[in-house]
Amino acid sequence: MEIFGRPLPALLGQLLLGLVNGSFYAILSLGLAVIFGLLNIINFAHGALYMAGAFLAWMGLTYFNINYWAALVLAPLIVGAFGIVIERTLLQWLYKLDHLYGLLLTFGLALIIEGIFRYAYGVSGQPYTAPEALSGATDLGFMTLPNYRAWVVLASVLVCLATWFVIERTRLGAYLRAGTENPKLTQAFGINVPLMVTLTYGFGVALAAFAGVLAAPLTQVSPLMGSNLIVVVFAVVVIGGMGSILGSIFTGLGLGVIEGLTKVFYPEASNTVVFVIMVLVLLVRPAGLFGRER
Amino acid sequence: MNRNLIAYLVLFALLLAAPFVVYPVLVMQILCFALFACAFNLLLGFTGLLSFGHAAFFGAGAYGAGYALLHWGVTPEVGLAVGTLVATLLGALFGALAIRRQGIYFAMITLALAQMVYFFCLQAPLTGGEDGMQGVPRGKLLGLLSLQPENNAPAYALYYTVLAIFAAGFWLIYRTVHSPFGQILKAIRENEPRALSLGYEVDRYKLLAFTLSAGLAGLAGAMKTLVLGFATLTDVHWQTSGEVVLMNLVGGVGTILGPVIGAGVIITLQNELADKVGPWVTVIMGVIFVVCVLLFRRGIVGEVVGRVKSD
Repeated sequence: MEIFGRPLPALLGQLLLGLVNGSFYAILSLGLAVIFGLLNIINFAHGALYMAGAFLAWMGLTYFNINYWAALVLAPLIVGAFGIVIERTLLQWLYKLDHLYGLLLTFGLALIIEGIFRYAYGVSGQPYTAPEALSGATDLGFMTLPNYRAWVVLASVLVCLATWFVIERTRLGAYLRAGTENPKLTQAFGINVPLMVTLTYGFGVALAAFAGVLAAPLTQVSPLMGSNLIVVVFAVVVIGGMGSILGSIFTGLGLGVIEGLTKVFYPEASNTVVFVIMVLVLLVRPAGLFGRER
Repeated sequence: MNRNLIAYLVLFALLLAAPFVVYPVLVMQILCFALFACAFNLLLGFTGLLSFGHAAFFGAGAYGAGYALLHWGVTPEVGLAVGTLVATLLGALFGALAIRRQGIYFAMITLALAQMVYFFCLQAPLTGGEDGMQGVPRGKLLGLLSLQPENNAPAYALYYTVLAIFAAGFWLIYRTVHSPFGQILKAIRENEPRALSLGYEVDRYKLLAFTLSAGLAGLAGAMKTLVLGFATLTDVHWQTSGEVVLMNLVGGVGTILGPVIGAGVIITLQNELADKVGPWVTVIMGVIFVVCVLLFRRGIVGEVVGRVKSD
């Protein structure tokens, strides 16, 4: 069977690959949006911390024989703790300044983190094998579904929805939204806003590390894997706007799918299609699909 | 007499004498990046717009000039003009898109647009892909003066050409900043809604500043191709965009001389460190970034001016 002259299995395969990439866009842009909401900082180090998550999983397996499932919990915890240290020692001094300084400082952090890993492991990638339980593929009749890729999409969507639930439907989330809207007033109501800010940054970067561990078996674990991704994620954030959490998730997944389809129909443009869409969105709806000007 | 004028004259005299004391290629490289940094400063320092994709214009100039020199066999001044033109057009296009958003989004948009240019240079056949353009000939200036030194002699002709172009670019930026147009740019930087309510068409001024900055960045890139004889993917990489931000931060954002000093410091540092510490250079650049943002936001020139004024 063919659709637009392309064999169906190839199309579905790329669609799934697009969904996988889209899951990473969704988790990372969600983390960026949550951090930006409360800290007013665009975390340029997000890509580097995603890479650090993948490397922690690889190092855990290689040096300490820590398996994938444990890494999926441990790596985000370690990176989250590291994020808390960064927020307390560096970022907290910038809140009174122009937003741009936050971008510049985290850009410097990204250079440092990436440089250290590049020094230790070079630029070539390290292989990481998927756990036994998720290796292999399931035959669905019309296509074979690689189990691990299906797991990545499922896990990402669950984590994103859980984040949405916590922020939009719980008391803690209500505090968080209040802190985003008006930190001074929230503080006056006796809520510890600085603590919330610290934990939010830790949580945001832990999400990035989680995505990194998920990505480890799919690509080679390399020090450069984050910086290539983060620029695309920035474009995703511009397209979706950072106002809405569900918006970030949909935009991320949707753009991943579009990118996957571009790989089937016009592979030369697959690297740039997200940027082209960004240009179109800027022309038609400058505030972003789910954004509001502020 | 004006203290600023003395500072400029001293710097110019030092640059005139430099090739007899220091390795000329290093100074020429610094001059190229200094012009690039000054062009960037016109945007960040005097209009308040942080472009995180200025490497796109630097690279467009580098590749544009490289292509003209390599494939059309034009004279160097035509090559420089082609590079500048390509960068200016690209700047007008990207500027028109990027000024539709502000602040942090502006930075992300310029970064994303620049990444498109990077992928274009990586994939398009006319830019030479991963190899870039190598062995770009320098040719004869105006068809008369050979810029190619013979028998490994120091490249004085090339050096003074580069110095002249840098001085012209620097002067243009100086004049722009001190013109009525420059005052409006500063008004936009300080308070955009107020500038708008005073009746200035803010978007037009921003676009013009962006295009001018992109064109000058392109000239700097074209000059770099002429000096080093190659244009590569490094020229359009986001790391180069980051470097030009760092040069401004170290030297002093919004000061006239800051970017020149910053470019001198960063390029010299990279040259010195590359042999000694290898891959640690990136880490050191990152540390300088963090330290500058946290403790040293006025930069070298900003600190000096601040101290002198408070005395």
